[in-house]
Amino acid sequence: MPVLEYIEAIRTAMKEEMERDERVFVLGEDVGLKGGVFGTTKGLQQQFGELRALDTPLAESAIAGVAIGAAMAGMRPIAEMQYSDFMFPATNQIISEAAKIRYRSNNDWSCPLVVRAPIGGGVFGGLYHSQCPESVFFGTPGLKIVAPATACDAKGLLLSAIRDPDPVLFFENKKCYRLVSDEVPEGEYTVPIGKSNVMRQGTDITVIGYSMPLHFAMQAAEELSREEGVEAHILDLRTLQPLDREGVLAAAAHTGKVLIVHEDNKTGGVGAEVAALISEELLFDLDAPIRRLCAPDVPAMPINPPGEKHFLLNKDKLKAAMLDLARF
Amino acid sequence: MTQTPAVKNAPRHAALGLTDEQAVAMYEKMVLARKFDERSQLLQRAGKVNFHISGINQEPSQVAMAFAMDLKNDWFLPYYRDYAFVLSVGMTVKELMLSLFAKGEDPNSAGRQMPGHFSARRLRIVTGSSPVTTQVPHAVGFALAAKMRGEPSVSLVSFGEGSSNQGDFHEGCNFAGVMKLPVLFVCQNNGYAISVPLSKQTAGRICDRALGYGFPGVRVDGNDPLEVYRVFKEAHERALAGEGPTLLEVMTYRVTPHSTSDNDLVYRTQEEVEHHRAKDGIPAYRRYLTEIGLWSDEREQELLARIRREVDEATAYAEQAGFQPIEDAFRHVYAEDADGEAR
Repeated sequence: MPVLEYIEAIRTAMKEEMERDERVFVLGEDVGLKGGVFGTTKGLQQQFGELRALDTPLAESAIAGVAIGAAMAGMRPIAEMQYSDFMFPATNQIISEAAKIRYRSNNDWSCPLVVRAPIGGGVFGGLYHSQCPESVFFGTPGLKIVAPATACDAKGLLLSAIRDPDPVLFFENKKCYRLVSDEVPEGEYTVPIGKSNVMRQGTDITVIGYSMPLHFAMQAAEELSREEGVEAHILDLRTLQPLDREGVLAAAAHTGKVLIVHEDNKTGGVGAEVAALISEELLFDLDAPIRRLCAPDVPAMPINPPGEKHFLLNKDKLKAAMLDLARF
Repeated sequence: MTQTPAVKNAPRHAALGLTDEQAVAMYEKMVLARKFDERSQLLQRAGKVNFHISGINQEPSQVAMAFAMDLKNDWFLPYYRDYAFVLSVGMTVKELMLSLFAKGEDPNSAGRQMPGHFSARRLRIVTGSSPVTTQVPHAVGFALAAKMRGEPSVSLVSFGEGSSNQGDFHEGCNFAGVMKLPVLFVCQNNGYAISVPLSKQTAGRICDRALGYGFPGVRVDGNDPLEVYRVFKEAHERALAGEGPTLLEVMTYRVTPHSTSDNDLVYRTQEEVEHHRAKDGIPAYRRYLTEIGLWSDEREQELLARIRREVDEATAYAEQAGFQPIEDAFRHVYAEDADGEAR
């Protein structure tokens, strides 16, 4: 199997789906001739023309709103938000409109839309090019939310998202774009929305998370295995909404010790819901209190290097938290 | 107006390409919408329904704009006062009553949404919400889809003048202007955003904003349905010819309170309201039809009796109809598979 960069996997998914289905098109700021500020849509305009790789005016609510209209009209738009930090002007369109179109029309209308948005820090983006906004949308019924950690899942989940009959928010991690590469099957394959994935089998502690921090967890797990004999069981949620309840409960029950990790801040984050779910269903099977390792509750990370480093998770922070839990 | 038009001077409607039957049908729709609206207010006051939001005095222009559209190919994104518009593109009084009573058979939302939140895919009426102006970018999206597929479709989106201050109005207009998309942006300027008068909403003319987006803006008297028809027909032809969008500012006046929950005399006088009520476009249009021999007192009586029956039957039907069963009330958050499970 060929090894692809995470960003290449996303681009390939769009390209193959646009070749397969002429209803699919991508729109956003700089997605056309330039191919996106990160290069995610590179080559699409050259292959599919100006309309199907559409450079839009700089106006996020219109990008989302026009995409919603086109989706209701029967197209399959992929709306790109240049940074998820710039997605908030589109929040009304996403929460009040896309999420409610099927429900409010009693199934008469639907909105098969994908909104792609890069999340996460570590690129010296400062407050407004680094955020993780998942929790703003999480808990809005009618939306599906995915956040892949690997190239393989990025392609498979994006294909599923484009084919899904309902609106899907696709949060891709910008730090993963070129840092993460893995084997991606050639041609068509999909990763189902709503299914988590066990990234690593272990017997001592369970780490549950999504997106970039899982790579730190994997590195920490290898070191802990070598150095301490601690075997971590690692679950990638992959889909944040709907949460894979069975997957989460099975992973938690597997070791009885749970650490939840994400780069979004701790209070009100996805981890709070995962912890609540485990508490509701499995409290007496646990051998330790559920722990969360997340970003601090500050507005966003600073651009200065020590500040950014202190804000972000890394392998050492994961390793310390995992070892501490293992020794509980 | 003269009593009998000269043979070589065709009546105004005929000069615009409207047949006599269409000219009469327009009048009948205006009256139907008015009577539905008046009944809805009564039903609310009688405690039969919880809420009504009125379109009274805006019917002549709403009917005229609908008659300028292509019901087979165009897309319609109305706003919450557009009863006369949706009745003119095919919704029935019975369906509007089912919505007013929030009953399960309501095609707009199965009684989930407030009345005035129109939706019917079969009529190409696109579902809308309550945060105003969100429908403007949607209309642009429908027009974009039409352009991509090479379809001869025009999107008509309407909104109040209050909405014209929302970002979605500007973002939608600008997007459509850049891409020369077939959209009719319709501002129904009725003078008030709930309690705030036009003078406190904007210092300029709304139609003039089109200049900034690079397409024509037209202001038209909403009490003159034939003039409304004329400018909409022109805008529709421009859109179909690939010449891009038009902003149409329809000048009207809201003679009712904002909704049944509003007391308008807190912020305006009865004299002001009566001044505008006297300019009602429906009696004026009736006079026009009468003067050219298309209408008579007998026909008026026959029409009122027919509408009375229709509204009575719709009211009785909607009142006795069932609410959406509780087991269905929370369905359709996501698409369902064949077993009824969320996908």
